[in-house]
Amino acid sequence: MLLQTARATRFDTGRATEGDRAGRARLAILFLFLLLVVTAAFSLATGASDASVLSIIRSWFGVFTGDESALSARDAIIIYDIRLPRTVLGILIGASLAVSGATMQGLFRNPLADPGIVGVSAGAGLGAICMIVLGGTIFAPVVVLFGIYALPVAAFGGGLATTFLLYHISTRQGRTSVATMLLAGIALGALAGAFTGILVFMADDQQLRDLTFWGLGSLAGATWTKILSAGPIIAAALIASPFLARALNALTLGEATAHHIGISVQKFKRLAIVLVAAATGASVAVSGGIGFVGIVVPHLLRLSIGPDHRYLLPASAMLGASLLLLADAVARVIVAPAELPIGIVTAAVGAPFFLWILLSRRGVLDM
Amino acid sequence: MIEIENLGVKIGPKDIVTGVSFHVEPGRVTTIIGPNGSGKTTALKALSGDLAYSGAARIAGRDINRMKAWEMASVRAVLPQISHLSFPFTVREVVRIGLTSGYSGASDRDADELSEEALRRVDLDGFAGRFYQELSGGEQQRVQLARVLCQVWEPVADGEPRYLFLDEPISSLDIRHQLAIMDIAVDFARRGGGVLAILHDLNLTAMYSDRVMIMHQGRCEGFGTPDEVLRDDLLQGVFGCRLQVGVTPPAGTRFVLPQSAQ
Ligand SMILES: Nc1ncnc2c1ncn2[C@@H]1O[C@H](COP(=O)(O)OP(=O)(O)OP(=O)(O)O)[C@@H](O)[C@H]1O
Ligand SMILES: [Mg+2]
Repeated sequence: MLLQTARATRFDTGRATEGDRAGRARLAILFLFLLLVVTAAFSLATGASDASVLSIIRSWFGVFTGDESALSARDAIIIYDIRLPRTVLGILIGASLAVSGATMQGLFRNPLADPGIVGVSAGAGLGAICMIVLGGTIFAPVVVLFGIYALPVAAFGGGLATTFLLYHISTRQGRTSVATMLLAGIALGALAGAFTGILVFMADDQQLRDLTFWGLGSLAGATWTKILSAGPIIAAALIASPFLARALNALTLGEATAHHIGISVQKFKRLAIVLVAAATGASVAVSGGIGFVGIVVPHLLRLSIGPDHRYLLPASAMLGASLLLLADAVARVIVAPAELPIGIVTAAVGAPFFLWILLSRRGVLDM
Repeated sequence: MIEIENLGVKIGPKDIVTGVSFHVEPGRVTTIIGPNGSGKTTALKALSGDLAYSGAARIAGRDINRMKAWEMASVRAVLPQISHLSFPFTVREVVRIGLTSGYSGASDRDADELSEEALRRVDLDGFAGRFYQELSGGEQQRVQLARVLCQVWEPVADGEPRYLFLDEPISSLDIRHQLAIMDIAVDFARRGGGVLAILHDLNLTAMYSDRVMIMHQGRCEGFGTPDEVLRDDLLQGVFGCRLQVGVTPPAGTRFVLPQSAQ
């Protein structure tokens, strides 16, 4: 659907802009914004209760007409305290996963780099679990220092350490080896998994309950508190990402050329790694591991609007948010009245897509 | 002017370049020649700010290893020996990446016009909409050159000469495009910029260079005008084969020299 729309907007603009996909990208971003508005409304309207979007809208108008009865107290709670935080969290997480995926792919110059696949999410998860299990003992000072931000900050730390290690292991003389990156990612992910296992082994009953709840990879536990704890970090990363776009574009020609063009490559790389770790860490901290959004979304967009990061990053944010909201709606509806963890839905759709990328770009591992 | 005194570059424990001194003047094409592995690319990388070096290297009196990436980018553009591109950009998009930092010096021209003009210069008119990765090797090399030209479009900006560093700019090109690209380099120099190129073709070196620096095993074996450097003894010593300057093959042997194209 997206591809068709992007193609439809490719009217003939004459020779002067041949090979320039900027106009098309801007139109696609506009379309993706509308898509996000629609999916957000849809997400607010979907759920076990019959509270409808129409009744919310009616209640907004009720403020002017003096008719306060349109939204019952029960519906108001359902909409404002259950569905709205869930929708907002879905938008934040979806955007964050897609943008960190796109940024990481730009940094590693490879469409297969994704925080979920190369162990960054696992590292962030380890950070989060450390906080849950050891927050009362060794990490107590961190909890005191950061309050509700302790969990996302710990996940950020774990993600940062993993991304940093991964980059230095897989990059030699400005060239990133994909095979090394994927293998190092497996090793780092396994290592994080081993430590996670030890921590789970050490956990008491209450902590185990917290861990299970957290590890589901779900938006189900969305609360305003969670949004308040992870939201600012994600928002900061999302706002910072467009400033990396030009450097990411230059980096596609290699680190040396980016430097020749005037990019301070080392400084930029450090910034990009921090950004990826912050966005991934904050997302993992509140919603566990939700895979494949970060790889599917940027890849689809590159096919339709091209790899220019000035457009790819904002477009990824919007498409990521929309797709996660849709996946969440599916997760809520498909086994109603129960709920599927959203991670299962994204994996069920995303994993075959990932295989398709591998099939259609067999040469990619030889790079 | 770029002054290089006693330049040394180590990669790991190994001395790759030692005691190289020469200079690159604005208004001139300076060419580095030498066998494979003699350290030409390494020396150029040091001058581009990619590698740490010992000795002195200054552009307009400023130490290269103290200059920031953006300062360097405003006075020189670099065409690397090998280029790669990791995402499917179109030719126009690649050329425009050269304008990223806005140092073209042609401020009154918009990016589209400039990239179009640069592509015309390298004889790639009409290629703007093609995918870079789907071009032939020689076409890709010319796209990279267009990108590099965009970065220092005006050879002189704010009264300061600017430089083109070209590492084997014509290695994948057919003879017509070899001549065309060397003409672009000469034109850049005649308009006040400086060109530092690495070439393997000794005839083209003789035709187009104002100064030649010859390297062997990381050392500078000679620096001067083509007449001073392209001598039998020097070439034979450095390249290890019995080269003779100015000797035409026996009558009846077929040979084609680039000089004949003029
Ligand atoms: N990154 C590196 N690590 C180790 N040795 C290197 C590295 N880069 C270059 N060298 C060595 O330094 C020497 C000079 O290499 P350089 O690339 O400067 O040669 P060159 O003169 O440009 O050769 P060519 O004509 O083949 O391009 C070679 O022996 C090479 O093996
Ligand atoms: Mg070389």
